[in-house]
Amino acid sequence: MIRDMTIGQYYPAESIMHRLDPRVKIVCTLLFLISLFMQNSILGYMIAAVFLTAVIKISKVPFRYIVKGLKAVVVLLLFTVVMNLLLTQGENVLFQFGFLRITENGLRVSVFMAIRLIFLIIGSSLMTFTTTPNALTDGIESLLRPLNKIGVPVYEVAMMMSIALRFIPILLEETDKIMKAQIARGADLGSGNIIQKAKSMIPILVPLFVSAFRRANDLAMAMEARCYQGGEGRTKMKPLIYRHRDYAAYVVTAIYFAAVFVIGRYVPFKLWIF
Amino acid sequence: MNMIRARQLVYDYEKRDEEGNYAGVTRAIDQVDLDVKPGQFVAVLGHNGSGKSTLAKHMNAILVPTGGTIWVAGRDTRDSEEIFPVRRTAGMVFQNPDNQIIGTVVEEDVGFGPENLGVPTDEIWTRVEESLKTVGMLEYRSHSPNKLSGGQKQRVAIAGVIAMEPQCIVLDEPTAMLDPNGRKEVIRTLHELRKKKQVTVILITHYMEEVIDADRIFVMDSGRVVMQGTPKEIFSRVDELKHYRLDVPQVTMLAEELRKRGLDLPKGILHREELVDAICQLK
Repeated sequence: MIRDMTIGQYYPAESIMHRLDPRVKIVCTLLFLISLFMQNSILGYMIAAVFLTAVIKISKVPFRYIVKGLKAVVVLLLFTVVMNLLLTQGENVLFQFGFLRITENGLRVSVFMAIRLIFLIIGSSLMTFTTTPNALTDGIESLLRPLNKIGVPVYEVAMMMSIALRFIPILLEETDKIMKAQIARGADLGSGNIIQKAKSMIPILVPLFVSAFRRANDLAMAMEARCYQGGEGRTKMKPLIYRHRDYAAYVVTAIYFAAVFVIGRYVPFKLWIF
Repeated sequence: MNMIRARQLVYDYEKRDEEGNYAGVTRAIDQVDLDVKPGQFVAVLGHNGSGKSTLAKHMNAILVPTGGTIWVAGRDTRDSEEIFPVRRTAGMVFQNPDNQIIGTVVEEDVGFGPENLGVPTDEIWTRVEESLKTVGMLEYRSHSPNKLSGGQKQRVAIAGVIAMEPQCIVLDEPTAMLDPNGRKEVIRTLHELRKKKQVTVILITHYMEEVIDADRIFVMDSGRVVMQGTPKEIFSRVDELKHYRLDVPQVTMLAEELRKRGLDLPKGILHREELVDAICQLK
């Protein structure tokens, strides 16, 4: 299940999207997400679809790979659509069966909601597909730096994030080892009802936590031994520098944003009820 | 001036009972005197619990002595102003290769130390390249550390220390978690490093084979330095080493057994060639 999830993973490829500054990608993704929620017209979503398709093409991430990411949220998607479809109040009833009633308004809201969610997931996973976790952390750190002034330890938080990312594969491997060790001792991990299954996780989680703390202790010592003293006075091996392509990406996104805003809100265009 | 100089060094671990109350102390280091000259390759031997790792942590100011003094390149580690200069002078490599690599890419990890020191970006890159070349890991620069073997990870950790340009490298059982090939890799790297960069190397270990090429050996037992001298001097005292629950290298062992059976071999034979020569000269 976890292995099948493509959301949040990095897809290595050579493209302009991959080379963009992580800050640009974060800001532009946010703008794209906002653009989905601030208007309510089919024309606006059409523009968003064109923009998204263009970006996917540029990113060289295969479309099938992106769609695979949607599988993980299919249940959530269906749930939202059905709920919106049935529970939205409206006047023009399209279909009635007992107490279930689908209104024109309900259909409209649920279709838009589905489009929004799908675009939202594709848009944001496109950012993680094209940005290494490290670059993403650097970008977040750099964007949040103003918060440093009000006492948020931005630098330390970013350091924690990148260390967490580094240790995910190590802890996964360790979990695997502990599971095998417990199975070898006769532990029954897979059977029984939910409560029994949850209980059988305890002999895995306890050693895993103990080892994680031990690792943390070692790592802290190793960092101190290498003169780590927080963000103060530290230089960067890979500083973030805006280049021409980054400014160009900002401009393109800004134009898209303005287009969706103006057209989506002020151009009267209707396709049947949408 | 000595690189490392310790006088009457004492370190006590506090013992606590289950409620966290104070319950006496364990003396991990007991009245240790130690001198290491610049450019030397020094090995510290001892079985588990002999205090050798605790001693190593004093050389990097991770631990501060309970009693006595340790000077690193003339700097007293008890002085809190001196902690970072001390850590710049004496870099440290630890036992577990996974728990000391901070970066998610090899080159980023090597750059971590120089970043902390505030080295300008351009110079970080030259230093990273230079140190990865020294340990022979340049071609792995953009790999993830998770995909490397144990020996390669330790070489990356060594490169991370070299990039900070220390005068001295302390290695706390760097080969304990490696397979024999990884062990050889690391030890070879250390010898090359000393030749190329003239850094002082202090190797803490319990593998005898790794120390036969050292300039000087210290043997520790229950917190004290009980023997010191050149490898030849140390390994000619086989019975004494056994008393401290340490082995001797296989070749030395063989020569010693042969000598006991009446062959006229010299004491303290360390290398296979040496033994072959000595046997060939027998009449």
